[in-house]
Amino acid sequence: MKSYSKTTPYLFIGPALILLALFSLFPIVVALVISFTDIDLAGLADYSNISFIGIENYLNIFKDPIFLKSIGNTIFYVVFGVPLVIACSLGIALLINFGTARIFKAFRLVFYMPSITNVVAVAVVWTYLYNPQFGLFNYLLGLVGIPAIPWLQDPTIAKGSLIALAVWRAIGVNMIIFLAALQGIPKTYYEAAQLDGANNWKQLTKITIPLLRYAIFFVSITTMIGWIQFFEEPFVMTKGGPLDSTTSVALFIYRNGFQLSNFGYAAAGSFVLFIAIIIITMIQFRLQKKDTDF
Amino acid sequence: MKTKVSDAKKAYKMQQWIAGIVLTLGGLLVAIPFIWMILSAFKPESEVLQLTPTLWPETFTAENFIYLFENMNFGVYLKNTIIVVLCSFVGLFFNAMAGYAFAKYKFKGRDKLFYLVLATMMIPGQVTMIPVYLILNQMGLTNTMTGVVLPGLVGAFSIFLFRQFMSTIPDELLEAARLDGASEFRVFMQLILPISKPIMAVQGILTFIAGWNSFLWPLIIANDESLYTLSVGLSLLKGQYGGNFALQMAGSTFMVVPIVIIFIIFQKHIIEGYTISGMK
Repeated sequence: MKSYSKTTPYLFIGPALILLALFSLFPIVVALVISFTDIDLAGLADYSNISFIGIENYLNIFKDPIFLKSIGNTIFYVVFGVPLVIACSLGIALLINFGTARIFKAFRLVFYMPSITNVVAVAVVWTYLYNPQFGLFNYLLGLVGIPAIPWLQDPTIAKGSLIALAVWRAIGVNMIIFLAALQGIPKTYYEAAQLDGANNWKQLTKITIPLLRYAIFFVSITTMIGWIQFFEEPFVMTKGGPLDSTTSVALFIYRNGFQLSNFGYAAAGSFVLFIAIIIITMIQFRLQKKDTDF
Repeated sequence: MKTKVSDAKKAYKMQQWIAGIVLTLGGLLVAIPFIWMILSAFKPESEVLQLTPTLWPETFTAENFIYLFENMNFGVYLKNTIIVVLCSFVGLFFNAMAGYAFAKYKFKGRDKLFYLVLATMMIPGQVTMIPVYLILNQMGLTNTMTGVVLPGLVGAFSIFLFRQFMSTIPDELLEAARLDGASEFRVFMQLILPISKPIMAVQGILTFIAGWNSFLWPLIIANDESLYTLSVGLSLLKGQYGGNFALQMAGSTFMVVPIVIIFIIFQKHIIEGYTISGMK
């Protein structure tokens, strides 16, 4: 029985699909095309000013010291950020799941809170906390006799400071994902292990972690993609400085596109980023597959 | 034997306490930025700039908030943010419609189109950022509210969640409504949407939060201060009043506290939403 007309489904999906096509799919084609041109503000005003320059943008971008630096910074963010996010959110999820008292439910709220707050507001607050003269962090360190730390002024420490803020924001969502996965593990596994005399550590490493493998995989992929696109924190807090030491690839693209109006050059940069994300995701899927094969 | 059991019980209780204490310390650490932000927002500027900071405001003042609205355009930013939020609910409606069609209709190309929708989730924002700006520019929508709202109106993930939920609605229910002579759109509005309340609640709250926090598109599209949202206004404030931390904290408080209140009221829906969506 079919009581609706053939066009009805298309009317329902129409608005969403048109918008997705216009603002998600079509832009990829546009980005690819303009990455081979020298389009800038003059080209935007009059399309006859645009000329095809082949792969020149791609050749130039890999000679651009700031771009290379931003790749290095982004790798730094990924290498330190991803394990930190997984360790913190998994650790907190395990502790909350372990607790039996009602108060442990309240902890879910507290740890989830940072992830829903506005990134600009939070970055403004942390900039104040990090302030070398009036900030809370240096004051607290001063109380225990540790000299002031240049949180956002030193190239390496600044990267760490941004990572701390981003980890703080990322814990909530991932903790909830881990909690959902933890609650899916049958209690009988642990009861059997306890009968066999397995201690907590054994139960954690032999039952919990292996059974959380899929959740850990999911979180590590989404977290890694998130770190590769790291943007708002350096944009608001450091503007990429000092000496471009916190500039991420995403910030480099934004700056070239919207502050310097080198649209073609920025589009080339964004394609490099896109391809990097695809390759890394594919490698992770490959590794995951190998892992489950044995 | 008996002592062994009670020993194990004691050890277990001990572990419970340790877990609680570790989480309390961690929670305190996580909450410090919020506490410090709110307390500093009510201090006068001179007190914030003291070298020995005070925890509780010595002189309690609301002048920072008044300044935001009288000397900065926070009223305008608030109005724009509310417009963005309201428009994003239109987008939510489109997502629900699409999710429903993918879940409950059979039509040519359905699976292919659905995969296409899912594929858009893979595309990083940085790749579409520049071309979308050029497209909007071509349409004459830069520096307009339409241009600010349009790019983020619909989302693949939201369509996916609606589809997942709505495919659990039994077909017999729809057919009964059709036999009663209800039009397809009426079935959707008066039957499907009410049944989908749980997923609507989750998505509605997430949409509100995303709209309230929207930053990138207003930043790119709006040249005119009259189109700024709260978050763009706040980053402007940070640039203009870099040294006035009390004012900055007041602006941040104004952005964060409403979300925190909404979150606390609806937290059950949000956290359970992850179970509904089957994200395990």
